Amino acid sequence: MNLKTPSKLEKIMAAGHMAVTSEVGPPRGSDPEAIITKAGLIRDHVDAINITDNQTSVTRMCSLAACIRLKLMGLEPVLQMVTRDRNRIALQSDILGAASFDIYNMLCLSGDHQMFGDCAQGQNVHDLDSIQLLQTLRRMRDEGKFLGGADIKRPPRIFAGAAANPFADPFEIRVPRLAKKIAAGAEFIQTQCIYNLDKFEEWMRLARERGLTEKVYIMAGMTPMKSAGMACYMKNRVPGMDVPDEVVKRMADTPKEKQAEEGIKICIEAIQRLKEVEGISGFHIMAIEWEEKVPEIVESAGLYPRPDVN
Amino acid sequence: MIVADRKPIEEIIDIVKDFRSLLILGCNECVTVCEAGGKKEVGILASALRMYFMKQGHKAGVDEITLERQCDHEYLEEIRDVIDRYDAVVSLACGVGVQFMAEKYHSTPVYPGVNTCFLGATEQRGMWTERCQACGQCILAYTGGICPVSRCAKRLLNGPCGGSTNGKCEISKEIDCAWQLIIDRLKSLGRLDDYEKIFAIKDWSTDRAGGPRKVVREDVRI
Repeated sequence: MNLKTPSKLEKIMAAGHMAVTSEVGPPRGSDPEAIITKAGLIRDHVDAINITDNQTSVTRMCSLAACIRLKLMGLEPVLQMVTRDRNRIALQSDILGAASFDIYNMLCLSGDHQMFGDCAQGQNVHDLDSIQLLQTLRRMRDEGKFLGGADIKRPPRIFAGAAANPFADPFEIRVPRLAKKIAAGAEFIQTQCIYNLDKFEEWMRLARERGLTEKVYIMAGMTPMKSAGMACYMKNRVPGMDVPDEVVKRMADTPKEKQAEEGIKICIEAIQRLKEVEGISGFHIMAIEWEEKVPEIVESAGLYPRPDVN
Repeated sequence: MIVADRKPIEEIIDIVKDFRSLLILGCNECVTVCEAGGKKEVGILASALRMYFMKQGHKAGVDEITLERQCDHEYLEEIRDVIDRYDAVVSLACGVGVQFMAEKYHSTPVYPGVNTCFLGATEQRGMWTERCQACGQCILAYTGGICPVSRCAKRLLNGPCGGSTNGKCEISKEIDCAWQLIIDRLKSLGRLDDYEKIFAIKDWSTDRAGGPRKVVREDVRI
């Protein structure tokens, strides 16, 4: 096994296991209890936990601090970092800060536009974009160099991740875009929430045809739906989300008190189907404000117990 | 051209209400084309201010002049003989004109009558849209002639982001996704393979980030 970092996530996927990650959104305050509680609910059922970076552009506790909390709990964080809020000085500096706490995974993102959040009148930075952030991270890690060219004392050892949305438009460049992220240095991919399984499988087929699944670990993104209302909202209001009519109908046809259960069922069925897809290396379960359901999903989908690789 | 938009009349009145003698100074270039600060708009603003002063019973003179350009010494000199007649000037030029005016006539207050918005084009009569952010290092050769710096809400050089839906930007269904336009254009040029070339980290030092900019051409200096 040729490992490039001490990441447990890398180790699990390199060993051929299906990996499981989930995410925790930091709180809108300085009390770390929210992170500790949420992470405690899922700690035995996932290999690593993503910490989102001011998701939907709403100001929250910073992802790096929340990742350090996870480290203090003995858990494996995936540091999400967006290019919206930091220039290249701050990005490189935060990468070093993360590395100093032995954070071994990072997800490079551009981030939602700030107009969706609580600081719609603020500037966005985008000094780099997500692909250039991947390049930066790999240069820092593999060459031990800052963007400015100077050597880094003790370079970061971070497994480089990126997001992919197989459902955004235009579809024809969705696989070339994946190829571009891999060329820029992505070693693992966590996808957008998948509801349209046929379209996702088509994207995977095209990725396999180009040999991309040999070069990157792809983790399928899953978000269980709590209600028919949430299904409609995701379908109509969330940019780049593809929720087929039959999924919305299935939720809507379920009595209200059973909808949450049905949402979990849909999620488990999807994981079971996608587990068989060649080139899938794991699942990223984003149970938004519903972390307590992650263990049930992981167990019912046959992904429990988690492998012990350390 | 530089696209500007008219400031609300209330905002202008609030600034000039105590003066006795005002000059409304238009510009015959960009702001005329975008119908924000040309001769016509000078006339409209001057009339509105006269009506306001009359209603207030406030004796104030409001004169109108429109120069060929306000971003040029030569044309700004044309008002040197009359400038002392005025307590203040409301310039309907872009921010460049307002500042050039203020630099030239130190002792006369100059106020902006428009909001300078962007570098753009007249897409339809009455609708102007942005095309350039003057980043100082043009990349249009590589993006099919469509600028992601000015037209992508995240100025992504390796777009589109995951929010592109049906050719529209995640921030508004009214805004085209620049990267959809770039991809469509590369396709019609038979250059879609170029999409996979990674755009290197940009040198933003020629942009606003590098501080106030200057172009010096020794070959044309006198």
